[in-house]
Amino acid sequence: MKNQNRQAFKEMEKFTTLESQAIPLPIENIDTDQIIPARFLKATSKIGFGENLFRDWRYGKDNTEVADFVLNNDTYSGSILVAGDNFGCGSSREHAAWALTDFGFKVIVSSYFADIFKGNALNNGLLPVQVKPEMLKEMLAVIKKDPSVQILVNLEEQFIAVEGTDLREDFKIDAYKKMCLMNGYDDIDFLISNKDKIEAYEASREF
Amino acid sequence: MKKTLFDKVWDSHVVHSVDNGPQILYIDKHLIHEVTSPQAFAELEERNIPLFRKDQIVATADHNVPTKDQHLPIQDLLSKKQVEMLSTNCEKHGVTLYGLGHPYQGIVHVMAPELGVTQPGMTMVCGDSHTSTHGAFGTIAFGIGTSQVAQVFASQCLLLSKPKSMRITLNGDLKPGVLPKDVILYIIAKLGTNSGTGYFVEYAGDVFENMSMEGRMTVCNMSIEMGARGGMIAPDETTFKYVKGKEFAPKGEEFDKKVAYWRTLPTDEGATFDKEYTFDAADIAPMVTYGTNPGMGIKINDRIPDINDVSFEKSLKYMGLHKGEKLLGKPINYVFIGSCTNSRIEDFRVAATYIKGRQKAANVNALIVPGSQQVAKQIEAEGLQEIFEAAGFEIRQSGCSACLGMNEDKIPAGEYCVSTSNRNFEGRQGQGARTILASPLVAAATAVAGKIIDVTTEIEEPEPASV
Repeated sequence: MKNQNRQAFKEMEKFTTLESQAIPLPIENIDTDQIIPARFLKATSKIGFGENLFRDWRYGKDNTEVADFVLNNDTYSGSILVAGDNFGCGSSREHAAWALTDFGFKVIVSSYFADIFKGNALNNGLLPVQVKPEMLKEMLAVIKKDPSVQILVNLEEQFIAVEGTDLREDFKIDAYKKMCLMNGYDDIDFLISNKDKIEAYEASREF
Repeated sequence: MKKTLFDKVWDSHVVHSVDNGPQILYIDKHLIHEVTSPQAFAELEERNIPLFRKDQIVATADHNVPTKDQHLPIQDLLSKKQVEMLSTNCEKHGVTLYGLGHPYQGIVHVMAPELGVTQPGMTMVCGDSHTSTHGAFGTIAFGIGTSQVAQVFASQCLLLSKPKSMRITLNGDLKPGVLPKDVILYIIAKLGTNSGTGYFVEYAGDVFENMSMEGRMTVCNMSIEMGARGGMIAPDETTFKYVKGKEFAPKGEEFDKKVAYWRTLPTDEGATFDKEYTFDAADIAPMVTYGTNPGMGIKINDRIPDINDVSFEKSLKYMGLHKGEKLLGKPINYVFIGSCTNSRIEDFRVAATYIKGRQKAANVNALIVPGSQQVAKQIEAEGLQEIFEAAGFEIRQSGCSACLGMNEDKIPAGEYCVSTSNRNFEGRQGQGARTILASPLVAAATAVAGKIIDVTTEIEEPEPASV
């Protein structure tokens, strides 16, 4: 599978709704070392990490594709990754979010996300959608049965649905972050616009 | 209202609360290193935004540095470029850098506390998940992504929702041979690798009260391994004594004033937490991990549990281990004593006390990597270096080293490494490497025996005394 959407080094893309096939990765506790191994963190720009996304699960030591790894399986494609519980734990490396977006993912679905990864994803226009464990299980089963099934993610109305089935669930997202994603804003502009408050705080501190 | 330690420090750093949204939290100290900062500097330059408070930033090179011949140019060209970029960025933006060769250089979570940069009641961040280490001082300290590094560069603030609070209380006496590393590995094994997600943890009880600052740092360091953004321990006399006299600590009257403030920080009697856990210190034994996340730990005499789960089985397969198997007696060829979890002077004293007069086993490659230049000097000054060298251990220069294997310090595929670091993820110490997390004492004993052994059967004294 090719990198579908190489993200340039600039402001975030806007996110409203997405309809796509999904790629299942039903492994729990996927840590950011698996998403992008440390030896690829020597780069000094944000571009190109998709090439090494899940490197050691995707390729053997001799750099040949691992046939049974899902990203090497042409049956599955799409910009939604459906992964096991506690996705993105471990290292704070934002390179994990860059690798996923660079590869072409726009949404990650899991029953649980690690804190730092979740923040990093949101800061890169990658939407983490947390669903109940039963919903995750059912989604994975449907995708396995019919890899061409379309998943609909609607950020504005905050729901995810599997088309042609009655699988549908509302998801939560911080209102401020939702506004950022829908408009392509990031936190820096907001923080800088509050500089007067920050300076007043500094002046008022005793310690 | 009764407040927790975390509430007090957090609330005193809130600049502004957005209606129905996050809070603007002020950051006192921002630590940076070569791996997670270049894209943040680039972002600021691209958007023509100046650094807001450069004097509140401290930089060092640690993740991607060689631990041999640090005076020579870095051999790996990508690593060289990344380390040089840190120097260039710091120079361009007027940020203090303790780079390679500087006497203050070291792993960011070792050098900042030993310089007195870390102080109680502060908020601290770094683009590294083990920033939780600094919570040992009663500091709110947590890891951030590179976008957030850029945000702090631009505003000295972050936009955050206040995490929930958890208290883990541990009372009683630790058994001989049980170290702070065992305490935290035990807690994570009990609670699981995502039990702390969304929480900030306070570690309370007499075990932590009686612990040294080094030990407290080891415990707080691994808070992230149960998913918690950070962990804290109330500042007390042990904390004040450690901070006093450090290079960047407040001096004289200013120090006394600070101490008076720091004394107000501990959790009020009757304050409530969103979650509470209590454990008995007497139940803790030396720990080892058998899987590929830090929650997969057992007491050194126990057997690997029998759990029917695909992810669990995948993990055991990677490790080349089986359900019901004991790790005791397992032959080990690699031992690593280092990392931001266990590379402080106390860790090396414990290891040296055990090693003194013994030899490493012939099959073992034993690596000692001090957490900072200052720790390296202390190892030499206290005579520990001679002990390690006489026993056949290899002593390197400071850096993150084989904890994440970004430099040349990697464990070969298929080999087991008993490591004092913090993560046993697949490939963490090198492609195909199999990590067994343990305390510096278990690591030292493994190096000597050439296999995993139960140190408690050999120890009579309550704690290995300093050399």
